[in-house]
Amino acid sequence: MKAIRFSVNGKHYDITVPPHRTLLEVIREELGLTGTKEGCGVGECGACTVIMDGKTVNSCLVLAAEADGKEITTIEGLAQGDRLHPIQQAFIDHGGFQCGFCTPGMIMSAKALLDANPRPSEEEIRKGISGNFCRCTGYTKIIESIKAAAKNMEAKP
Amino acid sequence: MSDFAVIGERFPRVDAREKVTGEAKYAGDYSMPGMLWCKLLRSPYPHARILDIDASKALKLPGVKGVVTGKDFGGWSWGWMAATRDEVPLAVDKVRYMAEAVAGVAAIDEDTAEEATRLIKVDYEALPGVFDPEEAMKDGAPNVHDYVKNNISVEYHWNFGDVEKAFANSHIVREDRFRTSRATHGYLEPPATLAYYDPTGYITVWAAKQSPYFHYRHLAACFKMPLSKVRVVQPFIGGGFGGTKNDSLAGDFCAVLLSKITGKPVKYVESMEEELATSRRRHSMIVYSKMGVDKEGKITAIAHRVIADGGGYTAIGPLSMYLGGFMTGLPYHLPNFKYDAYRVFTNNPIGAAMRGHGVTHTRFAAEIQMEMIAEEMGLDPVEIRLRNAIDNPKKGKIYETINKVALKTCGIKEAIKEAAKDPLWRDKDKMPKREGDISWGVGLSGTSYSGGARQMGHQACAAIIRLCEDGTVNLITGATDCGQGSDTVLCMIAAEELGVRLDDISIKRVDTAYTPVDPGSYGSRVTILAGQATQKAARQVKKQLVEIAAREWQAKPEDVVIRLGEVSLKSDPTRKMPFIKLARIACYSGTGAVILGTGYSSYGIEHLDLVNGIGNGGTSYSFTAHTARVGVDMGTGQITVSDFTIASDCGRLLSPIPAEGQIEGGAVQGLGQTIYEDFIMDKGKTLNPTFLDYKMPLAMDVPNIKLIDIVTDDPDGPFGAKEASEGSIVSAPPAVVSAIHDATGIWFTELPITPEKIVRALRPKGQR
Repeated sequence: MKAIRFSVNGKHYDITVPPHRTLLEVIREELGLTGTKEGCGVGECGACTVIMDGKTVNSCLVLAAEADGKEITTIEGLAQGDRLHPIQQAFIDHGGFQCGFCTPGMIMSAKALLDANPRPSEEEIRKGISGNFCRCTGYTKIIESIKAAAKNMEAKP
Repeated sequence: MSDFAVIGERFPRVDAREKVTGEAKYAGDYSMPGMLWCKLLRSPYPHARILDIDASKALKLPGVKGVVTGKDFGGWSWGWMAATRDEVPLAVDKVRYMAEAVAGVAAIDEDTAEEATRLIKVDYEALPGVFDPEEAMKDGAPNVHDYVKNNISVEYHWNFGDVEKAFANSHIVREDRFRTSRATHGYLEPPATLAYYDPTGYITVWAAKQSPYFHYRHLAACFKMPLSKVRVVQPFIGGGFGGTKNDSLAGDFCAVLLSKITGKPVKYVESMEEELATSRRRHSMIVYSKMGVDKEGKITAIAHRVIADGGGYTAIGPLSMYLGGFMTGLPYHLPNFKYDAYRVFTNNPIGAAMRGHGVTHTRFAAEIQMEMIAEEMGLDPVEIRLRNAIDNPKKGKIYETINKVALKTCGIKEAIKEAAKDPLWRDKDKMPKREGDISWGVGLSGTSYSGGARQMGHQACAAIIRLCEDGTVNLITGATDCGQGSDTVLCMIAAEELGVRLDDISIKRVDTAYTPVDPGSYGSRVTILAGQATQKAARQVKKQLVEIAAREWQAKPEDVVIRLGEVSLKSDPTRKMPFIKLARIACYSGTGAVILGTGYSSYGIEHLDLVNGIGNGGTSYSFTAHTARVGVDMGTGQITVSDFTIASDCGRLLSPIPAEGQIEGGAVQGLGQTIYEDFIMDKGKTLNPTFLDYKMPLAMDVPNIKLIDIVTDDPDGPFGAKEASEGSIVSAPPAVVSAIHDATGIWFTELPITPEKIVRALRPKGQR
């Protein structure tokens, strides 16, 4: 067992975990934050994307022990109370989701992209979400949603 | 101004907030105190006899609470039709495809359950396998099932008109062989269930099922329980697309049986590798197509001989083969046609349904063959299509195909003309044809799909509408939104009919304990059939409310108008009240009325004639014209698809945001099966059961998509709606294949068209 200390969505946790436990398992099962999804479990689909110290990671490929001392943001950490994050609102307004299973990971990738590059070109948006599969939308409305979010965030910083 | 208050508006989806905040719960997100985990042991052989299973070591592993094998299910089997109940929850005597499940374990955690599966000893006697459907049909091939000869799982032989005479009198007759890929649904949520067999005699499951009532019937039959004691609670569903999530799986049955044995809730979540190796995927079909045309390029006859790889069991195969044939000519006139279809058992994973079910194979073949003929005749692709396309029947009239498929609306000509006017096609000769190694091409297709799929047996969808005293409304239906957006559409239909705002309607997930029975979410049937049911239920509620308002105002009921939450009198606009007030009057006056409306659909009740192929397979038909621009790297064979323009006749789009998303998503899934997706099989073994190797389109791979909406007003759909999304998965492959031909000069007839195939085909003859 290994003791780790990390923060998830601004909340600090001190927990002990078996060395083989993944960050995804800890987030979903220990912390009960089931918004982050497990699709493939081997880092190919992007459904489990979270932000760790500002960068997106596939949380199924990160051992919980590696998250020691890190700051993690999951989909549950984006809205402030009832106020949705502009990216979430844009996904609603532009229909950037269908079944919703890839959506938490997709929105986290979009957030990391816009945090690093507030005015991305369409090509940069496509690249920014190229680690996330979506089987429902064909990506068109996701790309539109991210473009709209960038615009709204620029207008209302 | 539109006559509609709600229909056609760009409302966000009703499930939006849950889905963008991560609050939406899927089957794998549920857990219960004391819950056990289930894992399955799967066969390492594609074809083998099971001689013995010894689970004693597994049972001794600390943490293991139970093991089940095929015999524990008491010989129960299931299938899509009474005559095809050839599948058992776990293999008993024989395994028929690799990774078929043979045992299930329940343990205190997933790791222990998995470890225990490795301690189960199975003695197999390997049998010779057969993996190619054409080989499997031959005399002397290994027999996958003993109850059929030559491994023929399903066969149909239809013959309409006189094809031989028509071919003899044709100007050109072509014969070609086509083959479609081994494609799968590729949803990101693997199958999952949480099952609890309550000791008092109830089964409750939270299962990832796009059609929960199939599962409800399977569980009742398997566990010999009355249907009233089987409860399937619908979580959110992480994508369906037919096949796997329309059926019940080994893990579903094992979780329930292990719960019964242990008295604990049992959770089962399939790994993506298991899912990709065993999914009830689209059939791979070989289509021998023979087509004749006259001097004007009008099609005289089509004869299709179709051979489908059925894999180890029948599943929904009889319907797959029917769908591949019954609308063979559409969207074109076809005076003579012959269809000889064979679904063949092999020792591959099961062939079943996937979006665009059946039609995507035969329409791909016919569409490309028509293009080949057009090229031979020097006819423009638009011209040959317009010469053959069916006109939109005048209002009240019906166009009937030779096998009595009835079209009441048909927007194909308008769709083709609109697609041809779009710059992607119109200006194709002004665009660069060659840039460095990249050769550009543009292609066109014109296709059709049916909506409101018929079913053997129970066909109707149902809805219940309940007025609350505060003027809000509950919509209760057994129809499942598995991501396509039907909950939003149904709420919009209810709001439109009742005259309330969309926000006033609330819909919850399906729960077989409370919601009315429903056939399922497949074959583009929900908007049409559950939509009609919702309309009927809403009208019942409205009739009651209008009478109450008329009584209150001493007016005639037909004088009362309810629109967007306002009640008024047509004859006296000063008389008005908010809907909430009318609801209160209704619920509180006298003893208080309880206002309920119910309805079930009535479209599509004619017999589904699988054997003879006569009549309709759906209630109405969508039409799509699709253009694609692709660039092919003539050195590496790499394909870039830059643009799609899709003109769709989906009737009327009731809820544009989800409908557009469906059309776009269907087209990109169709693109995947055209140039990327294929299971690579080696003697029954799937060599690429991962998303790294089974390649689906990513955001970098997809074209810019432009949609053109062709509005027809079909009488057999609520507010004139037809299907959306299956049309575009059928239209995408031939459009892309034609574009690749335009770029390379080569007709590819086997999907997917990979860079290797292109490079090989571009080499001079003799070096391929």
